[in-house]
Amino acid sequence: MTTAGETSAPRRGRRFNPDRDVAEWHGKYLPYDLVKEFLIALVVVTLLVVLLSVVFSSPDDHPVTVRSWSTAQPVDFAQTAITELDGTSATASFGPPYNATDPGATQSIGPFSPERWFGVHHPIDAANNYVIAPLQTLPDQPALDAAITTYTSAPSSQQANWTTAYEKAVADAAFAQGGLKVPSGAYGPVAPMISALTSMARSGALDDALLSSRQFYGTDYTKPLLFIADGTYLDNLGQAQHLQGSQWGMMNETGNYPGQAWLWLYTLWYQVPPMKTSSNADLQVWAIMMLLTLALALVPFIPGLRSIPRRSRIYRLIWRQHYRDIS
Amino acid sequence: MTTNTETPTDTATALPEDADQLTAKLRRAAVAALPPERLLPDRQPAYVASWIYVFGVLTLSALAVVILTGVVLAIFGPSWWHSSTVGLFVNSLHLWSVEVFFFTMVVHLWGKFFMAAWRGRRRATWITGVVSFIVSVGAAFTGYLSQQNFDSQWISTQAKDGINSTGAGAIFNVTNFGQMLMWHIVLLPLIVALLVGGHVLLVRLRGVVPPFAPTDHTAKATEADQASPQEIMVKGDLS
Repeated sequence: MTTAGETSAPRRGRRFNPDRDVAEWHGKYLPYDLVKEFLIALVVVTLLVVLLSVVFSSPDDHPVTVRSWSTAQPVDFAQTAITELDGTSATASFGPPYNATDPGATQSIGPFSPERWFGVHHPIDAANNYVIAPLQTLPDQPALDAAITTYTSAPSSQQANWTTAYEKAVADAAFAQGGLKVPSGAYGPVAPMISALTSMARSGALDDALLSSRQFYGTDYTKPLLFIADGTYLDNLGQAQHLQGSQWGMMNETGNYPGQAWLWLYTLWYQVPPMKTSSNADLQVWAIMMLLTLALALVPFIPGLRSIPRRSRIYRLIWRQHYRDIS
Repeated sequence: MTTNTETPTDTATALPEDADQLTAKLRRAAVAALPPERLLPDRQPAYVASWIYVFGVLTLSALAVVILTGVVLAIFGPSWWHSSTVGLFVNSLHLWSVEVFFFTMVVHLWGKFFMAAWRGRRRATWITGVVSFIVSVGAAFTGYLSQQNFDSQWISTQAKDGINSTGAGAIFNVTNFGQMLMWHIVLLPLIVALLVGGHVLLVRLRGVVPPFAPTDHTAKATEADQASPQEIMVKGDLS
């Protein structure tokens, strides 16, 4: 009887290595209905999935919009907007693929900084994309237009003086009677600009402005997502849902659902030193995971690693009936 | 009306002018490598008697449910399940079948690890299995990014840091919903299906790995390399 695996010829002259080679099977073959096994498995899995779906359903928390963010926490929105304008937000200073930055600002391992190799592919000019250009879409606002012109035509040192002063003051701002109340100071045109942007965001118009593209249809949410992520509102919601990196982050999902449990090893590395506190943690974790993944795929070729199954003898549990039969 | 009663195989092998026909050659090679009795065997070696073997077929079954429920979601579009009770249920089926798929696949993978299932020209079977797992992680990940809800926002804005640090963010933009949806419903499922299909064919081609010999656990590889010629009745590797 010819069966799977019996017809391959041994390589002449090769020494037997129990972690690489296997002796021919000359024992019994028994009836085994693969199709029946698959059909039973399909029914069992389907019933299990239906049961889990009926009992637990699936999470679907509403997304955060710029409107919902600026409505819930207008001061946080204004604080974030000013960091976009002065170029100190996380997005504005991120580097590739969003914008150019100092070589030392990108993640690296020794001399290797892969994110610099590919350059800027999704350009984001934070001040222009998040503040100036959206404000310029507002119609019939001569005072605002004048403020924008004043700001854009001012020397960068003057711009920095205005934004630095406003950034300090807005921390003590309040929102009342439909507008931001910022302690008085020398903010130049920045105060009316951020105030107008906050009103625009609360109306929902900023969501549309950030999504506008040359095409009618759009599916790229990079700009609004990064803007929202620069604020603390989304961060606090993630914290409340146990989604922070220090809380095993992405492998969780909202509610008490298992999430991407298969990412446990990836997430684990963020919990241990030096990655826990490293500014290059992402690249370090990815490097570790790439090496481990390569090792897993190449286990059959790695002496020592491929001996673990044989030395651990767990296989005797798996094939206990076989070893009982031949003993 | 006449009916051609000759089988294609008979024709291809019988006619001299077809000897160089690529189609006939391909068929002959395929049938030689995987004859029907090997492709769909009704017998297995006696050692194939453990619950661990069930996890391979459970993984395939879960994948079938994942694909089926994904097709239903695709028919109605990515926003359907947010506003429809039926859609939410189908999305739940999709989510939980993915969870079952990964659970059974991981048990299958570790089971095969502790069987050292790469032995005897089965290295490609192991590698395609591991790569299937990795690509499946990507497929699930892009699924989470395509949900259009808070989870998508959170996961994409968190994941961008890791992806961008590798440079891959220049091409693979996790905050671009349209791109992630295409990867999730077209590219990655296609790759998973091809890999899993190839993996299953390799399992059929090489068969189920036999157990270690009772004395194997005491052997050292260096000592075994000095084995007598009579012991060199082995299945060589794939190289």
